[in-house]
Amino acid sequence: MAMSETECCNSCGSCNNDPIMKMNPDKKRELESYMDTLSLGGDTDKNRGFLIQCLHKAQGVFGYLPEDVQLLVADRLGLHLSEVFGVISFYSYFTTVPQGRYKINICTGTACFVKGAESIVGEFKRFLNVDMGETTEDMKFSLGGLRCVGACSLAPVVMVNDKVYGNVTPKKVPEIIEECK
Amino acid sequence: MTINTPDKLNQYEKELRNRNSSALKTEILVSMGTCGIAAGTTPVLDALKKEVEEGGYGDSIRIVQVGCMGLCHSEPSIEVVDKATGERAIFGNVTPDKAKAVVAKTVRAAGVQAIPRSWYYPEDEENTDKCIQARIVLRNCGRIDPESIDDYIERSGYKAVGRVLGTMKPQDVIKIITESGLRGRGGGGFPTGRKWQFAAAQKSDEKYVVCNADEGDPGAFMDRAVLEGDPHSVLEAMIIAGFSIGSHSGVIYIRAEYPLAVKRLHLAIEQSREKGFLGKNIFGSGFDFDIELKYGAGAFVCGEETALIHSVEGKRGEPGFKPPFPAVSGLWKKPTIVNNVETYANVCAIIRKGAAWFRAIGTESAPGTKVFSLTGKINKVGLIEVPMGTKLHDIIFRLGDGIKDGRKFKAVQTGGPSGGCITEASINTPIDYASLIALGSMMGSGGMIVLDEDDCMVNVAKFFLEFTLDESCGRCTPCRIGNKRLHEMLNEITTGNGTHEMLLKLRKLSDTIKDTALCGLGQTSPNPVLSTLKNFEDEYLAHVDGKRCPAKVCANLLKYEINDNCVGCTLCARNCPVLCISGEKKHKHAIDQAKCIKCGVCFETCRFHAIDKN
Repeated sequence: MAMSETECCNSCGSCNNDPIMKMNPDKKRELESYMDTLSLGGDTDKNRGFLIQCLHKAQGVFGYLPEDVQLLVADRLGLHLSEVFGVISFYSYFTTVPQGRYKINICTGTACFVKGAESIVGEFKRFLNVDMGETTEDMKFSLGGLRCVGACSLAPVVMVNDKVYGNVTPKKVPEIIEECK
Repeated sequence: MTINTPDKLNQYEKELRNRNSSALKTEILVSMGTCGIAAGTTPVLDALKKEVEEGGYGDSIRIVQVGCMGLCHSEPSIEVVDKATGERAIFGNVTPDKAKAVVAKTVRAAGVQAIPRSWYYPEDEENTDKCIQARIVLRNCGRIDPESIDDYIERSGYKAVGRVLGTMKPQDVIKIITESGLRGRGGGGFPTGRKWQFAAAQKSDEKYVVCNADEGDPGAFMDRAVLEGDPHSVLEAMIIAGFSIGSHSGVIYIRAEYPLAVKRLHLAIEQSREKGFLGKNIFGSGFDFDIELKYGAGAFVCGEETALIHSVEGKRGEPGFKPPFPAVSGLWKKPTIVNNVETYANVCAIIRKGAAWFRAIGTESAPGTKVFSLTGKINKVGLIEVPMGTKLHDIIFRLGDGIKDGRKFKAVQTGGPSGGCITEASINTPIDYASLIALGSMMGSGGMIVLDEDDCMVNVAKFFLEFTLDESCGRCTPCRIGNKRLHEMLNEITTGNGTHEMLLKLRKLSDTIKDTALCGLGQTSPNPVLSTLKNFEDEYLAHVDGKRCPAKVCANLLKYEINDNCVGCTLCARNCPVLCISGEKKHKHAIDQAKCIKCGVCFETCRFHAIDKN
């Protein structure tokens, strides 16, 4: 139940129970104004065609897709929340848990595999004390895998956010972590 | 400015060819694809620009950002073109420091490495025997600025669509494509002309042209290179496809993991609209066509056409039953053709040069070329395009320059997780769709990964199954559960718990999955297992009977021991992550086998060959 800016707050407290209101208003506005630019109509089937791009935008804005955000998208497109969640859980690009500041993704493509990506994965796991797909408690590092980035000549490859590290060896792992700090 | 007649296009092309100032003597092309940038092309580009500016070269040198040249082994790479003579020279491993030497043309003195070109352009050049590669799909990649539509038009861009809309009927276009023998380059090899024919025959108010740019095969990056290096060629082909089947809207489904390709496609679509090649009444012919981009979100199975269509519709990307085929009922239940990026990239050349020209390249059953990304344990990793029918030996030992570090060739894996491995015994087979299937592999989208004697084939099969497990959508039981069981058995074998019965079960279950899975992903997922079982049964037996891994890869079957070469330098002990190496300085050390986690750090750090891996 969103309140328009012209209305005055009478301390009713209902906003406190409205998950969407709890969202960062700037981010929420950014997502909403993006959805305003789409040619959405009454036809749910056609609206659904915009779902994946909305989720991409939402994840870009919020960093992950919590239930409140899923609801916001579902409402706007006229879809059920279950359907939106079904799509999110299907695609590996979408995540429903907050991600760390540094997203360490180790390429698990074939070229990196034959050049020893497995030992790099093991070393990162050991150093950060998290498993693949997890985030450190201080929310600093998320560890994940990534399918081929196409930099096969530099295999094995590790990506930290947008930066590519090539020819990584287990020995270079602490250096990479140190560089982020 | 819009270009609304073929004559105007010709005129514009002529103007572009004369656009450069007469002072221009040299063009320097800088490879700015994703892999080039990762290897450090950006500082090189900056250094080049700075040198040209500060060195007072003025208009005599033009620097152009281009897409991938395919020389991944020597990135950052640049090409210098002498405008007066047309001579071209490629230089690899350029650093910002060496960029100055390139501008000043003192490369030899500065020790910049020159790379001989191993390709020719069948559209403009005759083959000389020394060139194994033939570039049709990659004709503009690494030669033009992908962010400039003018560069594309200057190299006969949009001429094919001009001719099609100006002089041909839809049936004529389909006839040329059918006669050319072009087959789907995404892996299946279905005749493109026939696919278009099916869709054209459908009566419907709406039809769709879809481009499959969801390149999920790990170790393959051909489509990315085309989209990053020559996006307009795909747009142009899609317009032609739209005209021939009677469609007015196109969709490009692209991986979200390719941000640079997305950016360049967006730009290309915008530029194309501005010039009037997309939109209403293209070339004054009354034909309308436009293209939109849709993003994938990390699901390998979306490369399958029915799954891709579901994903474009905003659903879970699960494959559907066929028939009905997409050509009858596809996107939004309308007739739809789905073709791969590389397939489209062939179309304009076929229209420009004719079906007979295309048929003269490649083999009888598979005319034309195929782009491969050649990676793995090879000296010259790169993106290559060869005529169909080229021998694997030529690709690996002539283009790839043999195996890294003088190791022995073991196998080459083609077709990614759906393919199989090809051994030395078959290395002289000319490759096309049929010959690869006969060898128990498949063409696939074009990943080609070379393995050497240090790779364990059981472990490789396990790797591909892990991939399939991750990517299986879970809709059908054989794929969801069968592959899980296959993976468990391989896991047992690689950890030393394998039995003979397991090997029999592996075969039987693989055959069952092949016969019963719903879509292409499941039907081909056991291929890596079957093909390694067939070609490397001895390795499986060594794991099962001897509890050893001949390639010394499977950690559980390994034992690290220190031999008499040890001088007691303590390096291994200091690097061991679990501190299981003990010994006094200048005395032979020992490894506590109970504590050892077999990480191999000691083996890598030892400078005296004192660690044995058995």
